[in-house]
Amino acid sequence: MLEIKNLNLSISGTPILRDVNLKVGAGKILGIVGESGSGKSLTALSTMQLMPDGSELGGEILFQDHNLLQADEDDMMRVRGQEISMIFQEPMTALNPVHTIGAQVCEAIRNATNLSQNQLETQAAAMLEKVGLPVSRFPLSRFPHQLSGGQRQRVMIAMACAQQPSLMIADEPTTALDVTLQAQILNLLRGIVDETGMSLILISHDLAVVAEVTDDIVVMRNGEVLDAGPTGDVLRKLQHPYTAQLAKASTHVPQRNSAPILSVEQHANNIQPILKAHHIVRDYPTARTSIFKKGIPFRALNSVSFELFKGQSMGLVGESGCGKSTLARIVLGLDKATAGRVDFLGTDLSKVEGDEMRSARRNMQVVFQDPFASFNPRHRVERLVSEPLYLEPQLSKAQRRDRVRAALSEVGMNDTALDKYPHEFSGGQRQRLAIARALITRPALIVADEPVSALDVSIRAQVLDLLADLRERLNLTYLFISHDLGVVRAICDEVMVMQAGEIVEHGPVENVFTSPASQAAQELVDATPNLERALANRVD
Amino acid sequence: MLVFFLKKLLWALATLIFASVLVFLALEIVPGDPAQVMLGINATDDAVAALRESLGLNKPALERYFSWVSGMLVGDFGRSYTYSVDVRELVADRIAISLPLALIALALSTIIALPVGIYAASRRGKIADTIVMAISQFGIAIPNFWFALLMVYVLAIWLQLVPAGGFPGWSEGFWPALKSLLLPAIALALPQAAILSRVTRSALLETMGEDYIRTARAKGLSKRATLWNHALRNAMIPVLTILGLQFAYLLAGTIIIENVFYLPGLGRLVFQAINLRDLIVVESVVMMLVATIIVINLLVDLAYIWVDPRLRARAS
Repeated sequence: MLEIKNLNLSISGTPILRDVNLKVGAGKILGIVGESGSGKSLTALSTMQLMPDGSELGGEILFQDHNLLQADEDDMMRVRGQEISMIFQEPMTALNPVHTIGAQVCEAIRNATNLSQNQLETQAAAMLEKVGLPVSRFPLSRFPHQLSGGQRQRVMIAMACAQQPSLMIADEPTTALDVTLQAQILNLLRGIVDETGMSLILISHDLAVVAEVTDDIVVMRNGEVLDAGPTGDVLRKLQHPYTAQLAKASTHVPQRNSAPILSVEQHANNIQPILKAHHIVRDYPTARTSIFKKGIPFRALNSVSFELFKGQSMGLVGESGCGKSTLARIVLGLDKATAGRVDFLGTDLSKVEGDEMRSARRNMQVVFQDPFASFNPRHRVERLVSEPLYLEPQLSKAQRRDRVRAALSEVGMNDTALDKYPHEFSGGQRQRLAIARALITRPALIVADEPVSALDVSIRAQVLDLLADLRERLNLTYLFISHDLGVVRAICDEVMVMQAGEIVEHGPVENVFTSPASQAAQELVDATPNLERALANRVD
Repeated sequence: MLVFFLKKLLWALATLIFASVLVFLALEIVPGDPAQVMLGINATDDAVAALRESLGLNKPALERYFSWVSGMLVGDFGRSYTYSVDVRELVADRIAISLPLALIALALSTIIALPVGIYAASRRGKIADTIVMAISQFGIAIPNFWFALLMVYVLAIWLQLVPAGGFPGWSEGFWPALKSLLLPAIALALPQAAILSRVTRSALLETMGEDYIRTARAKGLSKRATLWNHALRNAMIPVLTILGLQFAYLLAGTIIIENVFYLPGLGRLVFQAINLRDLIVVESVVMMLVATIIVINLLVDLAYIWVDPRLRARAS
């Protein structure tokens, strides 16, 4: 179907891809795996001839025996959408916000045919129905912002399938979605391949996903193909050292030298928790139903109670929109609960203000998901990392500098970083800086909101090791929010499973993951890609 | 949606009230006694005092403010001290020149700027783009009154295509009147068109880098179709914002341009009224300008909602 031979790509003179070779058979699924910067997305965009400005291509891209590199723009416009279609990582931004979903799907069909508007809409509706968006519940007049991330990705798939292409390229189609949605979207894609005989290229950084879905695999790094072959073979034998390294990193579990801290034991020993949430309720107002009637408020958190003990790592998992982040914001004092209270180190956070609040804040810090977005790009590291020190105004300039240095060395970075800007660091280093920023006030509690979700697997393993190491050395307590059960399992003592604003299960990590009691936990475990399980389930 | 609209309307009303207080206070502070100016420097103190009494200038400020505002509410803008006619009549005559002038200028600047901006964006980095952007840089740099004088010299005096100034009045027929507004409108419009075309270009280029543009291209749309069907509407938000702001500039710009072209419009009226301390005229005209700008802002807000469904959702 598609064969790429010795593909070379350079952008403004910088070589990006070097001698890339790959092949997809008819009706087959090829996985392209690699970390960020490996060139997997640009390989896809090269196939579509949608590279950034200043690109120069060499080699051959043979699609049904035509070399696409020799096709002119008019030919390519016929190929795109009709022969090869593509879906992207970010469903939130990949749809045009000002057009209805119906119009966008219609446009994909119209491009190839000359049907009347009525016929187009009928086809679009059928297409959306096929991807699980029946018109009765999702009329064509919906706008993208009225859909969730998973639903938007379904619209993307409907558009990509609209012209019955013989090849679809899916570039990290599920990376921005939670595990439950990921499983649904992967199933949908596989169903379409089985039903239509279309070929699929699935680009992913997640080996487990690739192991579950694909027939063949290509492993890329720095613009080169390092390893390739049938997925089962490659991932079972792990002959190439880089593939082996990826597989190891993706299932990495940091070492724990002390025993896990379990709530039951703590209670038995009469130890007081450092954080205690009592029946927290958070209602969000909704739009008025009329001028005189307020909307019924949306209950994001419904009577949530839990305790955290010194040194404990507590995981908080659940689908997106279940209330995880709202709970974190309330624990951090960034949001007020509608009802209920949070006691932190013996003080009621809803009552304290001024100095007392500052002192409470000093003892709790946060690490966010995106190390790029959570730093001001125009500030230097010293200023960024020392920012929380406004909570300790008594420190002198020299003392502040010492604290920054100490915090940097805790996360394994040296003083040369002080005068640099965030863009001078890699993603992993930036997340280290974010952790240093959280450590600088010597807090008792760190709330980590998806701290490794944006990182490549090998860097994720390092950051997890760092977090585990800091926990032991500094006796830190973590509230660890994630939709990735593997990560939670690797680092947490206990886990709470949230669903629709309530904690539906709470227990030691191993218990919850090996024998989940609630349906929500069971679904999460089933949906989480697992390399071992995926390989065991493969028929080849 | 209705709630949103009512809220906007309330805000507009509050702005108007605030503006009326500000205008009134500003003119209270301005030195110069209208009665003194009207009667000249040789007038006796008694005569000035008598005139002040008859103009109502001796009443307390608060009372004068309320009688001014309540008058405006029923359409009574008071009587001009110097012209001795109703301000309403005076303004009605003048606005028949200024408003068409501002509107023609706005239309011209939009008609020029949008295609130019779109063209430049579609040729980004190519020679056409560079030339167009260089010209627009000139357009921004050149003061409109200087450009007006240049045009008068070339088009009116040299080529004699249009009158150099003055206004025959709408009673003389539509075309002659329009013709005499043409040069001033162009002089007003060109600098604004230069700014607007640059905004259009950069807004378009920014949206052309969005993910959904790549999606549209992956569907098989040509670059041109992507630009028209997907980028343009998304790029309209910043363009509308500037357009709304520009209308205020255009109204203010008429004051200078009307003086250059001897047009008896609102701008000249205000200019003269300030010199003659004809406070009631100044206050009324300024309030009218404020009201016009508030209405324009409301329209821009509604246009946002029409362009972007996400704002529609927030509004309802």
